[in-house]
Amino acid sequence: MRFSGLRVLKEGLTGNKGWAPHWREPEPKSEYDIVIIGGGGHGLSTAYYLAKEHGLTNIAVLEKGYIGGGNIGRNTTIVRANYFLQGNSEFYSHSLKLWEGLEEDLNYNVMHSQRGIINLFHSDGQRDAAARRGNMMISQGDDAILLNRDELRRMLPYLNFDDLRFPLYGGLYHPRGGTARHDAVAWGYARGADQRGVDLIQNCEVAGIDIENGVVRGVQTSRGPIRAKKVAMVAAGRSGQVAAMAGMRLPIESHVLQAFVTEGLKPCLDHVVTFGMGHFYISQSDKGGLVFGGDLDFYASYAARGNLPTVESVMEAGMTLMPMIGKARVLRSWGGIMDMTPDGSPIIDRTDIEGLYMNCGWNYGGFKAVPGSGNVFAHLIATDRYHENATGFRLDRFRTGNGIIDEEGKGSQHNLH
Amino acid sequence: MRITCPYCGERDRREFYYRGAAVDLDRPAPDAGGEAWDDFVYQRENPAGPIRELWFHEGGCGAWIVVTRNTVTHEMIDVQLASEVKA
Repeated sequence: MRFSGLRVLKEGLTGNKGWAPHWREPEPKSEYDIVIIGGGGHGLSTAYYLAKEHGLTNIAVLEKGYIGGGNIGRNTTIVRANYFLQGNSEFYSHSLKLWEGLEEDLNYNVMHSQRGIINLFHSDGQRDAAARRGNMMISQGDDAILLNRDELRRMLPYLNFDDLRFPLYGGLYHPRGGTARHDAVAWGYARGADQRGVDLIQNCEVAGIDIENGVVRGVQTSRGPIRAKKVAMVAAGRSGQVAAMAGMRLPIESHVLQAFVTEGLKPCLDHVVTFGMGHFYISQSDKGGLVFGGDLDFYASYAARGNLPTVESVMEAGMTLMPMIGKARVLRSWGGIMDMTPDGSPIIDRTDIEGLYMNCGWNYGGFKAVPGSGNVFAHLIATDRYHENATGFRLDRFRTGNGIIDEEGKGSQHNLH
Repeated sequence: MRITCPYCGERDRREFYYRGAAVDLDRPAPDAGGEAWDDFVYQRENPAGPIRELWFHEGGCGAWIVVTRNTVTHEMIDVQLASEVKA
């Protein structure tokens, strides 16, 4: 079933009776070439690119809940490639290019909207840092424009220019950044993988990883044992529990990050705006809700909900930056489980166990990476070589101290990022 | 989330600084070797359930405390002074 404007028109005129489910619900087979643990954004895109670019289709994606029910449904949908450090910068640039062709590629409307992202700065030093970051983005082949205070005021007249505690000096504008519809990204990749023959197995929790003489043989699941030549762990916030089944400990602590959405409003916020000094960022969804968030709660948590002090601090930051949002009523809040690494950068690597691969440690930035992560991870699984745009996300960089990717310049220890 | 400081009683979470998993109670010797130090600095059990953590009552009495807390429910199970746990 292909989507097209004509098809939408025809279905609209004939009672929408012709739509079929977007993917099958197969029973798990007893053996696959590749089993992917985790049917979130990263797991689904990994399966999709394994099938599309490497011709591997004897694949199962095992999801303990339902497709789209994890962090892919618990984020703030921002897509960007404004990274500074080598290691990150080429990877996120690669991912953004995949985003830009994603809807045609998947034949699925993921509502990718390149409305632009503006990172605010508040001092001469921050302006210099923003200029330097912008130059790095441009040298990577992406886009960045340094806005002074007057230019910023023309673009975002609603900001508090008069009595903000940290005065607005300008912003770093990344026009190709923006947002996408998070659920549609999961559904689009799921449908694309399914159409190429990948089995998506929902309500299937992995309870054990079978390893013999250092070689992975398959997994034990709530729906029976499944043999596999290769197993890929892509479990985001639950990566620690999955890796423990393979006898591994990870350099990861799982934390909670909260986000909020207001009732639907008329269009008032055209871009994504980030306010680093207040730990606040915001955009407006296509439904009209203001979607915003702040910093971590700063304690380990799997509760998928946070505490009120962080709620208060995010609201305060929002009110001080853009008082106009004060009358909007908050509709809901939620928490995602963030797999935090010591240097704030992800891990995409082999393990010491033959045939076992890992993709985790996305901290609070996994959504924008969904296409790139699946693409380079599929390359690693299929060829056993690192993709040229993802050579730095090594598991052993913490042990060796070699190749730490500390984007924020905070150091490489738990609870710094 | 509220934490019961052994000295000050039940207080708002905002009075406390979070250090993380209580690995500092069992710090390896300087010559313990790379693997032990990698384990100590980076590798984490990261449990979904009860965990022992170090918190610092920076907005109160200044005590380091060992909090046993459930990471799935946020339930506070136990609080002890780090000095007494370590002793």
